[in-house]
Amino acid sequence: MNNQPIIQTADLRKIYGMGDIAVAALDGVSIRIDPGEFVSIMGPSGSGKSTLMNILGCLDRPTEGQYILAGEDVSNLNKEQLAAIRNRQLGFIFQSYNLLARTTALKNVMLPLLYDQNNHRTNEEREAMALAALTAVGLADRVNHQPSEMSGGQKQRVAIARALINKPALILADEPTGNLDTKSSYEIMDLLHELHDQGNTIVMVTHEPDIAEHTQRVICVRDGKVESDGRDGASKCAQPSAAEVSR
Amino acid sequence: MNFSEIMSVAWEGITANKVRSLLTMLGIIIGVAAVIVMIAISAGTEATIAEQINSLGANLIIVTAKRGLPGASRTLLYSDAEAIAEEVHSIAGVSAEQTTTTLIVKSSEAALEMTVTGTTADYPDVRDVPVGDGRYFTEQELDRSAKVAVLGYGIALDLFGEADPIGQTVTIGTTKFTVVGVMAEKGLVSGVDYDGFVYIPITVVFQKFVTSQMAGDRVRTIYVQSESQETMESAILQIESLLARRHDVELDNPDFTVQTQQDIIDTQEATTEAFRSLLAWVAGVSLIVGGIGIMNIMLVSVTERTREIGIRQSVGATPNDIRWQFLTEALMLSLVGGLIGVIVGVGGSWIFGASGDMRTVIVPTSILLAFGSAAAVGVFFGYFPANKAAQLDPIEALRHE
Ligand SMILES: Nc1ncnc2c1ncn2[C@@H]1O[C@H](COP(=O)(O)OP(=O)(O)O)[C@@H](O)[C@H]1O
Ligand SMILES: [Mg+2]
Repeated sequence: MNNQPIIQTADLRKIYGMGDIAVAALDGVSIRIDPGEFVSIMGPSGSGKSTLMNILGCLDRPTEGQYILAGEDVSNLNKEQLAAIRNRQLGFIFQSYNLLARTTALKNVMLPLLYDQNNHRTNEEREAMALAALTAVGLADRVNHQPSEMSGGQKQRVAIARALINKPALILADEPTGNLDTKSSYEIMDLLHELHDQGNTIVMVTHEPDIAEHTQRVICVRDGKVESDGRDGASKCAQPSAAEVSR
Repeated sequence: MNFSEIMSVAWEGITANKVRSLLTMLGIIIGVAAVIVMIAISAGTEATIAEQINSLGANLIIVTAKRGLPGASRTLLYSDAEAIAEEVHSIAGVSAEQTTTTLIVKSSEAALEMTVTGTTADYPDVRDVPVGDGRYFTEQELDRSAKVAVLGYGIALDLFGEADPIGQTVTIGTTKFTVVGVMAEKGLVSGVDYDGFVYIPITVVFQKFVTSQMAGDRVRTIYVQSESQETMESAILQIESLLARRHDVELDNPDFTVQTQQDIIDTQEATTEAFRSLLAWVAGVSLIVGGIGIMNIMLVSVTERTREIGIRQSVGATPNDIRWQFLTEALMLSLVGGLIGVIVGVGGSWIFGASGDMRTVIVPTSILLAFGSAAAVGVFFGYFPANKAAQLDPIEALRHE
């Protein structure tokens, strides 16, 4: 990897609403994330974590500010261009899995390949790739299961396999363990660590300090601003967050 | 996504809700089937009419007095027929026809109340109504107003049953006639029972059965048979100018009408034309209703599947990918509906034709027309929902529900 950052943002702002009721979900976020990093984003509920993730994931656009993803300024791309970026550069893992219902694990994982405009693979090639991805997340025996036939942990593994299939430059996970029990959460975290060890760059939102502790770097967000950013940040911003919950 | 992937996604969308998809297609199915069946029926009817009318004499020119003309305009006379026979070139035969008022026609067995038709000797040739048994009356019998009659097939049965009528006597009004022939069975032709006539020499009609208001040798119709299809036009022109001269009327404002079988077929077709434009409306309306049904279900589908759209967008589906997906689904709905409609329509036409006395002719272009309209309806009514889906914002779509 070279030393060009994967993520470089400058003063990102996201304003919801207009006039008196305008809310700044993001209020000037400038961060830099380098290749191979595993970063946690923490912060109280409503602090703007998801808003930031959606912008980093090119699902949403900032009201103001600049976002350079893997050397390309994506702040002003149109819908088609953003779709292509999401397809090739990004793998997004959601709290609620977001798998297609009534669709097998294999077909779900193949989905990004269908929208890949640069590579014209045969269906057999795609199936082989999806099978490999499912095997990598330990679901080789579940390829023909539909989401309704799988546990939460298994569904999240399918989602991870789908995020990996196009070998993205960046994996984004917004509270990937938010809907899971402790055991499944740890399994998913182990899987993410494994991916990190293989060289993937991962940015993950969590509000559980013990999950965040597993990562190298923790960015704390509060009221749409970066409050702290460092290797020991998890313990620092966990306290106010807990206090806020009890208030 | 390539073609087959788009198709398979659309097919999955349709089959995910089979009953709903089928109900949605119903409008299209009915519209397409209606177009095909109705066109088949009207084509069958037309073919029947054309065949029957053509069976009433080839290259036939029909001259009638113009009805409802005010004033003292002259009417068509027997001498007009004679003049045509003498002066008009390239004609194969001329016959005149006059009908009596209602009379009693009786045999020793039965009596009928009916009109009797006076004709000339070459009537069977000119009108293409052949004699079955015995003979038609001759030129000589016509000239001397012989009291001879030729019975229609049905009339012969009515009056004489199984017995041979030839040589028997029938009484028409108060006059006795000898039966010299029976016409071959012909049946109904455009509503007229050709077996229900009694033919006598027209000269007898003039002599015995002319009512007070019917002057002299007035005839109802003059039939002229042209030598060939090619000589029709020239024959018509000659007849028109001859009659205009004889009646002392302007050619562009005559007191008579000259028609051909084709004119009559055209008139018949004009009436079926009205019927057909009504059908076109019915078919058009049901296709539009079917299209609105498709649009409605596609809008529901887009709303229901907003999250699916968001998921597809999150992994890289472009607005175009989404638009094509839903447009293909709408098109597939209408094409599958159209296909079922074609099968129902062709099958229905066939059953109509095979079971009833209604003749049907399946017109290939009607299948293309119906199928094409169904496709157009799918694209037209599918575009708006598809575009709505394409315009969805990924993050809004993912948040849906
Ligand atoms: N679509 C939206 N419309 C209006 N306000 C929004 C919308 N999405 C988020 N917000 C607001 O932006 C702020 C940040 O939300 P979010 O990024 O979801 O927080 P987090 O993920 O940290 O809980 C909140 O105040 C939230 O109410
Ligand atoms: Mg959130």
